[in-house]
This record gives sequence, C-alpha cells and structure tokens, in this order.
Amino acid sequence: MDDRFVLGGVEFGSRLILGTGGASSLHSLEQALLAGGTELVTLALRRIDPGLPAGLLDVLERCGVRLLPNTAGCYTAADAVRTAHLARDAFDTDWIKLEVIGDDRTLLPDAVELLRAAERLVDDGFTVLPYTTDDPVLARRLADLGCAAVMPAGAPIGSGLGISNPHHIELIREAVRCPVILDAGIGTASDAARAMELGCDAVLLASAVTRAADPVAMATAMRHAVLAGRLASQAGRIPVRRHALASTAADGLPTW
Amino acid sequence: MITVVVNDTPRPTKRGETVADLMAILDVPSRGVAVAVNGEVVRRADWPAHRLLDGDRVEVLTAAQGG
Repeated sequence: MDDRFVLGGVEFGSRLILGTGGASSLHSLEQALLAGGTELVTLALRRIDPGLPAGLLDVLERCGVRLLPNTAGCYTAADAVRTAHLARDAFDTDWIKLEVIGDDRTLLPDAVELLRAAERLVDDGFTVLPYTTDDPVLARRLADLGCAAVMPAGAPIGSGLGISNPHHIELIREAVRCPVILDAGIGTASDAARAMELGCDAVLLASAVTRAADPVAMATAMRHAVLAGRLASQAGRIPVRRHALASTAADGLPTW
Repeated sequence: MITVVVNDTPRPTKRGETVADLMAILDVPSRGVAVAVNGEVVRRADWPAHRLLDGDRVEVLTAAQGG
C-alpha cells in the first residue's frame, strides 16, 4: 500500500511527531524518541542558562530527527512572529509549530492572533504548522492562508483528556486538503489510534510519553497505536449495527 | 564603559563591543543560539557588525525542551 506521509514537501516514514517537553532527563528523552520511531521532534527557544545542562541538540542529532521549533509561551502574533524568526536563525529551519496561546488556564489558541501570525509567517516564507482549536472553520481559514498543515487540539495541552470532540476532528479532515495533525490532549495509546481512525494524517504528543511512568514503553505503544489507527482508517471498517450479524453461516446447520 | 542588559541582568560592557564579542565572552554554544536586541532579531550573520549601545536590552536564547 502506498501510504506516504508528506508534510511541507518532505516525506516521513513515521506519522508520530514527538515533543521534547516534560522529559525528566535527556537520557530518558533520547530513549523515548528512539522507541517511538519519530522523525520530527518539537523543541522550544528559551533564555540561555549556563547552569542548565546543554546537549538537547546533540540528542536530537543522534536520533536523526528533523527539528520543529515551537512558539510556546507566546500570547500575541507579534511575539510569535519574533520567536519564529529567532528559531529560524538558531536552528537553521523555516519550519515552525505556531502556538499563540489565549490564556494560561486552558492554553488554548487565540484564534485572532493565530491567524494574524500565520499570515505573516507564511508571507515570510516559513513552513507553518499551527496549533489550533478543533473548530473546522478556523482550520479552513488557516489552510487557506497557506499553512502546511493544521494541528487541532484534541483537548488542552498536557490534560491527557483524549479527543473531546471527535466529530469536529472529522469535520476538519473534510474541510481542508492539507495534512491534519492531532496535537495536544493525547493521554494514552487508544487516543492516538482514535485520532488516526478519525482521519488525521499524524499525531503530535509530548506529555503522554515524557510524563508517563515508563516513557519508553509508552513511546513504543504510541508508535504501534499510530500505525494501527492509520491502517484501520484505510482498511474500510464495517458499519456499526444495533444488532448482531452472525459471522458463521446458518447454511448447513444440522437439525436434531 | 556602557551598560547593556543581557537576559534581564545589567552587564558593564566596553564601548564598541559587538554582539559577536558579547557571545564570545558569554561562551555560548557554536550553534542553536539566537539573539534579539531591543526586541529585534539580530541574525547570526550580523553579529560581528552589530555594535551594542548603552541601555540595549539583549535577549540570548537557545534550545530548550518543549512540546
């Protein structure tokens, strides 16, 4: 089966995108990234601190992954655009996971600022991957601006609530032609499989793996879940019925 | 001497010092670092030419874990 995942003109063998946030150590992070088989990994930009251990970029280089810097912590389009430009200079990539947060309680996107930032960054030549709400109309607006994908939240970041509104994820899949990446809310493997079954092209998660008691085991589970969900979504599942439909033929049933 | 503010910390600095000079003094890693001065990005290629002025606010950023 030809099942290529092309994002921003690049072909990926894995549909699992992992975030590096929340890992207790770089060693634990590296083991989890390898177990997950991911090829695209998010990272952030923060003030340099000589007291903090360096080496994140070394880990990511050893894992052979492509970098996806984020604009986490930005509340305005201006801040997000500035951060994207800084990330481009720091990491030599024009890929950006665009986050423009509306409040610190839900960490949900601010739609107005998000659209503003996306438009500017597309104009500036970035490959823009916006973290958005599960609103199909907003997703379409972002796609129309030229974003390389749309990344709706299944539930708030770090909540582990799964996919609050599966119907909206399906509507987003129908509304846009670009890849749809379920981003945020995943708690466990079944959530990731469900996202893929709903038609998502990939899943982005961080906390579910990095904050699991056993990150390597959970990363392995996520790798399988994404594969299983993708296969199931392509396999033509049976319709849901209210009553049973025997799988064993009644023909030839003996009478006593 | 002039004073520039690096990541919120005032720092006495020689007049005429460039962003590249400051990065060398701070011994920042050779990759994965970005700089803004007074909120404007100063690209790595421009570090050697960008002279710091008294009161400049310099942000020095690098890779951090994030989702």
